Amino acid sequence: MPSLKELSRQPELLTGGHRLCAGCGAPIVVRQALKALDVPLVAANATGCLEVATAIYPYTAWRCSWIHSAFENAAATISGVEAAYRSLKRQGKVPGEFRFVAFGGDGGTFDIGFQSLSGAAERGHRFVYVCYDNEAYMNTGIQRSSATPLGAETTTTPAGEVIPGKRGHRKDLTAIMAAHDIPYVAQVSPSHWNDLVTKMKKAFDAEGPAFINAIAPCPRGWRHDGSLTIEVTRVAVETCYWPLYEVDHGKWRLTYKPRQKKPVEEWLKMQGRFRHLFRPENRHLIDEIQAHVDRKWEELLRRCGEI
Amino acid sequence: MAVQAVTQQKLALTGNEAVAMAMKQINPDVVAAYPITPQTDIVQYFSTFVADGKVKTEFVTVESEHSAMSACVGSCAAGARTMTATSSQGLALMWEMLYIAAGFRLPIVMPVVNRALSAPINIHCDHSDSMGARDSGWIQLYSENAQEAYDNTIQAVRIAEHADVRLPVMVCQDGFVISHSLMNLEVLPDEAVASFVGEFAPRYPLLDAEHPVTYGALALQDSYFEARRQIADAMSRAPAVILEVGKEYGRLSGREYGFFEAHRLEDAEVAVVAIGSAAGSAKAVADSLRGQGIKAGVLKVRVFRPWPWREIGDALGSARVVGVMDRADGLSNLGGPLFGDIRSALYDRTRRPLVVDYIYGLGGRDVSLEDIEGVFRDLLRIKDEGRVTEPVTYLGVRE
Repeated sequence: MPSLKELSRQPELLTGGHRLCAGCGAPIVVRQALKALDVPLVAANATGCLEVATAIYPYTAWRCSWIHSAFENAAATISGVEAAYRSLKRQGKVPGEFRFVAFGGDGGTFDIGFQSLSGAAERGHRFVYVCYDNEAYMNTGIQRSSATPLGAETTTTPAGEVIPGKRGHRKDLTAIMAAHDIPYVAQVSPSHWNDLVTKMKKAFDAEGPAFINAIAPCPRGWRHDGSLTIEVTRVAVETCYWPLYEVDHGKWRLTYKPRQKKPVEEWLKMQGRFRHLFRPENRHLIDEIQAHVDRKWEELLRRCGEI
Repeated sequence: MAVQAVTQQKLALTGNEAVAMAMKQINPDVVAAYPITPQTDIVQYFSTFVADGKVKTEFVTVESEHSAMSACVGSCAAGARTMTATSSQGLALMWEMLYIAAGFRLPIVMPVVNRALSAPINIHCDHSDSMGARDSGWIQLYSENAQEAYDNTIQAVRIAEHADVRLPVMVCQDGFVISHSLMNLEVLPDEAVASFVGEFAPRYPLLDAEHPVTYGALALQDSYFEARRQIADAMSRAPAVILEVGKEYGRLSGREYGFFEAHRLEDAEVAVVAIGSAAGSAKAVADSLRGQGIKAGVLKVRVFRPWPWREIGDALGSARVVGVMDRADGLSNLGGPLFGDIRSALYDRTRRPLVVDYIYGLGGRDVSLEDIEGVFRDLLRIKDEGRVTEPVTYLGVRE
């Protein structure tokens, strides 16, 4: 693993000058993820913030071939690119190696793009799918997705007088992708860049599909100061809300264990989207979130053979 | 290029077999497809070609038609000659991606086996599926029989990939009526097809490490309109290419193709316009009416997009009454899609025929020779009356 200094000297595939918000988690995830790569890349992008803010004609922030076709089909699109590569490579029409990656937000991955992701994973294309998970439809203005956590306020799950934000817990997509029994699945956080880059390298080296779920805060949607983005992801990891682990050829492994598991409240209180939960009548929701985090963490420890 | 006529094999094939055979001979780099009745045979036959190593194709067995077209878009943008095939609901599910394939100017070729759209669900022929896609930027070729489906599929590759065009092409044939009926047809030798379609010359492929490219950038108020206008420009250049390819194919196979077939139209007083298998029946009826001294003719549309409106206007302009047969309903209170386009093609002419529409054959409802003769008789009545009282008639439906 190269040092941070060495990594920072590598050429960037996503340049500065794109129009994502200051403090957006998505480009940080992308830049770290692509540090793991030393062969030419084709990237597919689902419709969403990352897509809309990095390639506004006649400009692009991408230094690699890049294709965005629609919202729900980044995995299907990259599977077509990869199939073309295999065909043309076999015929001797493409010199050299390529790698393939698809980026999608949680809306394009957990929800509308889930079918095409599942299909492409099952077919065994060699590609890495990276979900930058900001836990809601941020591009259209902060609407809930199936990645939105219990109690979070979004514009379609407002903290109302009767209903206090999102009902129900988020979908555990990382585990669902692991259930596809593909070569590599991992959960990452930009706060732990070393872990992220190491996992991306394994994902790119896998001889088949790989799925990476990356926590990627949206300061506007989560309502925290943009300068705290990395800190918010670090606390998510330290509270075990966002555990760092991998499933490498079916083997579950915890890649980071907090020395002392912090209460999830510490993560919730950093974000305006959970502010209403701290009112006395909603305190039970914080307990419910904590109970959910505890149960999922226990499950994960068991799966990873830690207990 | 000098093209020599070749000796062809005579085979009895269904429409689906003929198209699968054409796909095998085209030997695309990638096929991404999903099965749907009545297209399924094409996917199955092609799968056996792949499994037996008869083609070099990478076959992507996608989980839906939306992903089929998405994978085709990725593949073709990557630089691979790419095909798929579908019908009905499958085409409907592809909808979003049809526009993107055309917008990216990707020369994807797609056989469409025409089938009715739900609801109610129905697996039989009408043209609702592809007619609805007429504004998507795809070139549309229609086939009267298995021979034409075969010939059109091969020509479609050349039309789509032509530097002046670079647009995707649908090759339509009637579900079951053509797709599942045996026909004795002539099939070109593999080498003749390979040399006719030539090597695919990708433009701006994703798989060029030295020259990375961007597909699908956001185009706002300052550029979107120009991008769409360029698609229209490409469509306006397509007619010349379609004719050029049709002539060259004629020299190779003895079967030359134009925009449409004008059957006994020169002096026709009453003319029927039809698409697909019904055109064959209409020609037989016109011949029989000619025997009775009635000046009947038929225009069979092959190229629906781009719409060869000038030529169609010239071909129909001298008729007194034109009956358009629409195997799709526009549900607009003014007939089907072909009707609107035919009337529009004739509107600016100083002397123009009366034009009426017949919606027929929805959901595979059989259209008999008697039905079509009834249409001609109707046109003769309108000719005598000199006016149209009912512009749209539903043919063969229980009211």
